[in-house]
Amino acid sequence: MGLFLKYILSILIFFPLVSGIFLFFINKENERLLRNLATFLSLVEFIISIFLFVYFKSSAYEFQFVEKFRWIKTFGATYYLGIDGVSLFLILLTTLLSFISLLSSYKYVKVHVKEFVILMLALETFMIGTFAALDILLFYLFWEFMLIPMYFIIGIWGSARKIYSAVKFILYTLAGSLIMLFGLIVIFILHYDQTGSFTFNILKLYHTHIPLGLQIILFIAIFIGFAVKVPVFPFHTWLADAHTEAPTAGSVILAGVLLKFGIYGFFRFAIPLMPEATLILTPFILVLAVIGIIYGALVSMVQKDLKRLVAFSSISHMGFIMLGLFAMTAISVDGSILQLINHGISTGALFLFVGMLYERRHTRLISDFGGIAKKVPILAALFMITVLSSIGLPGLNGFVGEFLILVGSFKQYTVFTVIATSGVIFAAVYLLWMFQRVMFQNITNSKNEQFKDMDLREIVTIIPLIFLMLYIGLYPTPFLSRIDPTVTHFVNMINHHKYAYNLIKAKIGLFNA
Amino acid sequence: MDTKDLLVWSIPFFPMLGAILLGVFGKYLKNYAGYIGSISIVISFLFSVALFITVASTHGFTAILYPWIYASTFKTNISTYIDRLSVIMLVMVTGVSALVHIYSIGYMKGDKGFARYFSYMNLFVFSMIMLVLANNFLLLYVFWEAVGFCSYILIGFWYEKKSASDAAKKAFIVNRVGDFGFGLGVMLIFVSTGTLNYTSVFGMMPSLPGYLVTIIALLLFAGAVGKSAQFPLHIWLPDAMEGPTPVSSLIHAATMVTAGVYLVARCHVIFSYSPFASHVVAYIGGFTAFLAAFIALTQYDIKRIIAYSTISQLGYMFMAVGIGSYAAGIFHLISHAVFKGLLFLTAGSVMHAMSGELDLRKMGKLYSKMKITAVTFIVGALALSGIPPFSGFFSKDAILADTFNKGYYILWIMGEVTAFMTAFYIFRIIFRVFFGESHVDPSVHVHESSKVMTIPMIILASLAAVVGFIGIPPFDHSLFYLFLHRDFQNSFVFSPFVNYYPWFLLSSISVLAGALGIYTAYLFYIKQAFDTEKIKRIFKPVYELSFNKVYIDEIYDQLIVTPLKNFSVYLWRVVDTFVIDGAVNGLAQGFASFSGRVRRVQNGMVMSYALTLMIGVIALLAYYFIK
Repeated sequence: MGLFLKYILSILIFFPLVSGIFLFFINKENERLLRNLATFLSLVEFIISIFLFVYFKSSAYEFQFVEKFRWIKTFGATYYLGIDGVSLFLILLTTLLSFISLLSSYKYVKVHVKEFVILMLALETFMIGTFAALDILLFYLFWEFMLIPMYFIIGIWGSARKIYSAVKFILYTLAGSLIMLFGLIVIFILHYDQTGSFTFNILKLYHTHIPLGLQIILFIAIFIGFAVKVPVFPFHTWLADAHTEAPTAGSVILAGVLLKFGIYGFFRFAIPLMPEATLILTPFILVLAVIGIIYGALVSMVQKDLKRLVAFSSISHMGFIMLGLFAMTAISVDGSILQLINHGISTGALFLFVGMLYERRHTRLISDFGGIAKKVPILAALFMITVLSSIGLPGLNGFVGEFLILVGSFKQYTVFTVIATSGVIFAAVYLLWMFQRVMFQNITNSKNEQFKDMDLREIVTIIPLIFLMLYIGLYPTPFLSRIDPTVTHFVNMINHHKYAYNLIKAKIGLFNA
Repeated sequence: MDTKDLLVWSIPFFPMLGAILLGVFGKYLKNYAGYIGSISIVISFLFSVALFITVASTHGFTAILYPWIYASTFKTNISTYIDRLSVIMLVMVTGVSALVHIYSIGYMKGDKGFARYFSYMNLFVFSMIMLVLANNFLLLYVFWEAVGFCSYILIGFWYEKKSASDAAKKAFIVNRVGDFGFGLGVMLIFVSTGTLNYTSVFGMMPSLPGYLVTIIALLLFAGAVGKSAQFPLHIWLPDAMEGPTPVSSLIHAATMVTAGVYLVARCHVIFSYSPFASHVVAYIGGFTAFLAAFIALTQYDIKRIIAYSTISQLGYMFMAVGIGSYAAGIFHLISHAVFKGLLFLTAGSVMHAMSGELDLRKMGKLYSKMKITAVTFIVGALALSGIPPFSGFFSKDAILADTFNKGYYILWIMGEVTAFMTAFYIFRIIFRVFFGESHVDPSVHVHESSKVMTIPMIILASLAAVVGFIGIPPFDHSLFYLFLHRDFQNSFVFSPFVNYYPWFLLSSISVLAGALGIYTAYLFYIKQAFDTEKIKRIFKPVYELSFNKVYIDEIYDQLIVTPLKNFSVYLWRVVDTFVIDGAVNGLAQGFASFSGRVRRVQNGMVMSYALTLMIGVIALLAYYFIK
């Protein structure tokens, strides 16, 4: 047990990849076995990750389960892993959603099953690696490798315009990554100039002193890199295309995990590396965040395609998370991190439902449905809970995160918060309207007469997410108690700079006078 | 957890259990669903009575179930606050709920969603109980939304009907507009006091700057305006009549819609420290009372008339709590719950007998065919019209006397005119439905409802006849006032009495107004003393205004809904697709032509992009290392 816990992060990272290699030796005709094995192995992976949750010390902000080995000595790169309260939950979200996506794809993915399951497992390795890496070279490796399986998943198993969307996805994010890489290298060099030693250790790089002017330029560069991922308005146009064309599993992972990397990047890299620039640029970022909230909601309202609607709703939801993160109070950042998890759960589930509807009718147009609630009571009930969770109905998960974000941001950024709060009205409009048009009224299209309700596999796919929606809504303490120490430490660290920054500003003011 | 706590938690527990049982196993329970749903509420009612007795003989207390959200300095519990106000509300809520549930066994008989109906109704009662019990603003907010959600699913219960699912959506969204303000109010309370606990928040009110108290009060009131269907957010309630009639009776008359009044009474400390906000409450209430009664005059749909009547009566309650007469407001809330719940149940009975018909023009002469319904309806109508000794007389006059004696003459006049219109429109229903000539479709077999429906109606009618006596005037010496006013003692007195006219003088004026309304209706519809068509023609603009509900729905549609939709389409088609995506694609094309020469290096495979990238990284780093 001791050894297991000591290397649990490495085990979590490489178990899916090794599983994928193992599946490589199974004959591709044997689709059933491949699916079952891959799903089973991803379940094992999820169970392993639960140990992280159980053995995580909730009162500490320091990194836990740390592993550190020399890697490339010549330029100070190390194999350095560790998690805090934030990456803990992102890893758990990854393992859970990977399992769910594999389970959800039994019907959707019909061709190249072997390639599909192997790519999904490889993707899981890279995603967990990205969240666990504390060495920026290691981080960057995982980060880039992650794009490859995703590209193929959209490009091969996607729908009509899959190639266009896959290329758009990869070009957008690659462009962002390159800018980010440039920024990280500059910081790496600066650190070398200041200390005379090479290191990619992120915690050491935090102490790099970056002149304010350069900091702002770098921050903008790195900001764009992560903003594309989030996505922040106006860097979002790849998202709707990628989602619409991706298979269900791809959408779930894309919305559930990949979008989180943007926020995670801000949290782990951009903000702590360049705190002064963050503080200076905060108002601009908040403007983008608030635009995103309203813009995403309004555009979502007039979508005709279910998947596009959910995709645009993500832009709105991620706007809330950006607001909470950059408002930089312990309460708002707590809310943002919790909302990050909530978004993965709720939007993941929404995409699963859209997938189920698509599998039955081979259309995603809202107007092709209508009146099916009567035919599919279980689907209707569970879909409703998911919609309500996404709306942020109190008692479900979305509310806790959203409320903490808003109440935490209120004091300092009252106007932004008030505008953001109005987004809550729009969320009700576009989601309930969609639900009404899909589920309620009379069946007008005879093809909907034969609608089948959820089968056991589909129910098993959804139930963990529904459970989490209720659990986090009613009793978020196990989550917040693990997130809060990390977040408090983070906020104090940044606000310490704020203090210094104000001091400098005051001094400059004195000189000017 | 001691016995008192256990008693408190068992009140919401049984409806919750009922909701879950019926929701999950409803399919297998068949007709038993109605019994299970009703019994859970009856148990809850009995516990409420026990709690009432406990609190009446001792004092209030707080019960904590578990810590809910703890994030940094933000801390809230799942906990309750029990005082006299909450136990009165509890007894009313569970009592009316129990009767409506029993009535529903008959009303909903044979409906395909029988078990689903009782599951939703139990869920509603659970949420409403928790709303009343909450001891902090966040928990209040949670169940405030939860009752709204239950209302949503119950309005849209027959979701195959487009009108029903539209009405449900409208109710939810309009309520969200109010809750937008309410949510901001809760946040403002937290940032200005550092807590959301009622007692701590109220304790800090005297020390907060006045403008802050006013803003908090007005934001909270925005929520109340939505939930209690006051102008300008009243538009959802008439449409909500698409739901089953017992739902209208319980949720849209007796309980949920009164939550706004309860909120103001509960936060009386906040409101009383802001006379401005209080006056906003009072005048919005007064105006709404008048407006809704005016619209009710010309409608033809029985349920809609009663719905406008509810809006109007809620206006009276806001008038009361807005001038600092909290006990009078709550008294009218309780008495209104009884007689309005009754009016809806009897209207449901008529509807049941008429195979779903609600149009006044297709009724008449039903008295002889359904005597119990007719008599109980008339009792409810007399109570609504403020005719002694029925309950509405006592509760409405407690409010009107206070408006006059506290010097709010405009409100008083509005109240009296409304009282006249109220008596007119409700007796217009009576004369056109139960008396006069029959316009009933001959194919409809009119019949009295079954006992399971009439007995709850008789119980409510008896209550409507006697419950007023707990508030026998002069109101501030009555049993009800003496019991409740203790809870309101820590409010700031911003509206002292300026007149001391005796109650009987003022009461006789309002009884006269009511009687006049009834008599006018009698002249119109029994005596047919006037040519109604001619009157319609002469007062055409006024008639049209009333008949078209003052065009408020149309105004919103033109001013908000349509422009917003067009703007959203513009954002999507122009900004998103054309501007942003166009810029990106343009940029990409620029790069493509530029990179034409190096195209041979690229074979289009993403794998090679990634590899090139990696090689690039390593090369860069190597370069620096060698340097």
